[in-house]
Amino acid sequence: MTSFILKKLLNGLLLVFTVSVLVFSMMHLMPGDPVDLIVDRKVSQERKDIIRHEYGYDRPLTVQYVDWIWKIISKGDFGTSLRVKQKVADMMDARIPLSLKLCGWMLFFEIVIAVPLGLLCAYKKDTFLDRAIINVTLFLSAVPSFWLYVLLILLFSVTLKWLPISGYEKAVNWVLPIGGGVLGSLAGTIRLTKTEVLDVFREKYVLTAYAKGLPHKTVMVKHVMRNALILITVLVFMSIPWLISGAVITERIFSIPGMGSLLVNSIITQDYAVVQGCILIIAVLTVVFNTLSDVVVGMLDPRIRITMNGGAGA
Amino acid sequence: MNYSPIREFFYNCRRNVNFVVGFLMILSLILVAIFAQQIAPYDYDEPHKQDRLQAPNSTYLFGTDDFGRDMFSKVIYGTRITLWVALLGTSIQLFLGVVVGLLCGYFGGWVDRVLLFITDVTWCVPGTILALAVVTVLGKGLTNSIIAISLVGWASYARTVRAKTMSLRTMAFVETGRAFGESSLSLMFRYILPNIVPSLIVLISNNLPGTIMATTTLSFLGLGSQPPSPDWGLAISQGMNYVHRAQWLSIFPGLALVYTVLGFNILGEGMRDLLDPRLKGL
Repeated sequence: MTSFILKKLLNGLLLVFTVSVLVFSMMHLMPGDPVDLIVDRKVSQERKDIIRHEYGYDRPLTVQYVDWIWKIISKGDFGTSLRVKQKVADMMDARIPLSLKLCGWMLFFEIVIAVPLGLLCAYKKDTFLDRAIINVTLFLSAVPSFWLYVLLILLFSVTLKWLPISGYEKAVNWVLPIGGGVLGSLAGTIRLTKTEVLDVFREKYVLTAYAKGLPHKTVMVKHVMRNALILITVLVFMSIPWLISGAVITERIFSIPGMGSLLVNSIITQDYAVVQGCILIIAVLTVVFNTLSDVVVGMLDPRIRITMNGGAGA
Repeated sequence: MNYSPIREFFYNCRRNVNFVVGFLMILSLILVAIFAQQIAPYDYDEPHKQDRLQAPNSTYLFGTDDFGRDMFSKVIYGTRITLWVALLGTSIQLFLGVVVGLLCGYFGGWVDRVLLFITDVTWCVPGTILALAVVTVLGKGLTNSIIAISLVGWASYARTVRAKTMSLRTMAFVETGRAFGESSLSLMFRYILPNIVPSLIVLISNNLPGTIMATTTLSFLGLGSQPPSPDWGLAISQGMNYVHRAQWLSIFPGLALVYTVLGFNILGEGMRDLLDPRLKGL
């Protein structure tokens, strides 16, 4: 068990390191001189060399990387935005709570709505209800999330005038962003829950429970759902980073000044220090959540620990 | 009549409702894309100054935008872009996935571990974010956004090919080939790969809708196709500027997009039933 956790943690650390190197090299992978991004092309070569020295771009890449990552780890300093002349960390500070609020509510409603529906589908497999829900989710999964938002805006903001089109100050502003996001991710979670439950249903201990003469309901609740819910919980928590990236679209459409809109705006204005900071934070969050859920699954379910260690050579 | 696996396949195809419906939907898209010039009444970029922001009518089936450009023609021409995205995106993902997967599965050992770690890295950044990062490096544009999306999507191909290769590698027919002195390259591509094709087809039909949606999303965010491209995602985001006065601008391109994704989804369901009957009913 300890070796399993250690292995996962080490792997997570290695991933974080690799991602940070990749994010760092983003700026140097781009064709052209990083100094050209800071100053006008007409600036003389001598002036450029001075700026290059000021920003430390004339040092070897490894030194630059160590300096960059050390500032982040020790002081939380992600550098300075080239466009707004503001500390990247300060820019993100104000925005992270908004994004977290958005993702948190989305996740909450997704679990509260999708998991029971998925359980219902598995429980009433092949009935009219099951087919209806699954067909609706099939259709929903063909609707890109950004267009779903557009439709919701057209219906509730433009035609019915019930909800505001953008903004983030009042509770009523959050209905459409959260509602649309939940509707978009519902399909996946419902089907995941159903598949998970049906998988457990095929286990031998379920057959044994039936053979003991337990009624269908008891088997379903005590044997099947209990086991399926463990995995579902973890898988839902694993989807948190994906929620963050979904929030990019939501924030952009509803002009919510969160991490997502900061990221997209910075890409458009080529403000690379900000882009690096945003991507690094999101990637690290993803690795942390993935590693955590791997460890939690391993602790809850010894079978997975074994397949992860041995089976398929993973 | 003699038994023939090919004849049986076609017989199954015709009985498979999903396959037939999906196939017809995609076929209609391909035909529209080929004959776009004949179907569209105007050029997608042709302004009609006296007909700005017209609601859908008999002259302009889907209405016109702020320059008086015909939306119907734009949606028709947009089909070409979407199918190009599907073709190029899938080709890149397939190429990377098959090569890496075969190498991993066949050689195992450190090759496997290194390449598997790369797919791990790809997976540890959420798709949209990774695509955004790649677009940042490559710059805006349709082709760049397709490449970005493909660099996100190839890992699932690699995983599947790797797993299949590992189980096929020790099979008798591969061992026989090796005993006859076939090279590793030939064993990988002539012995193992053909046996993976059915799973690959299922995987392609699973991933294609996602590829299309992700690329359109980048266009919607303003990082993919640039104006005056008839890209549907771009058209929807432009339409959002007239959300109070011209709702049709963002509705029709979206409908076309949903039709396409639904078509590929249904076709994919059909393919899965045909090629991988074990997964039926999930």
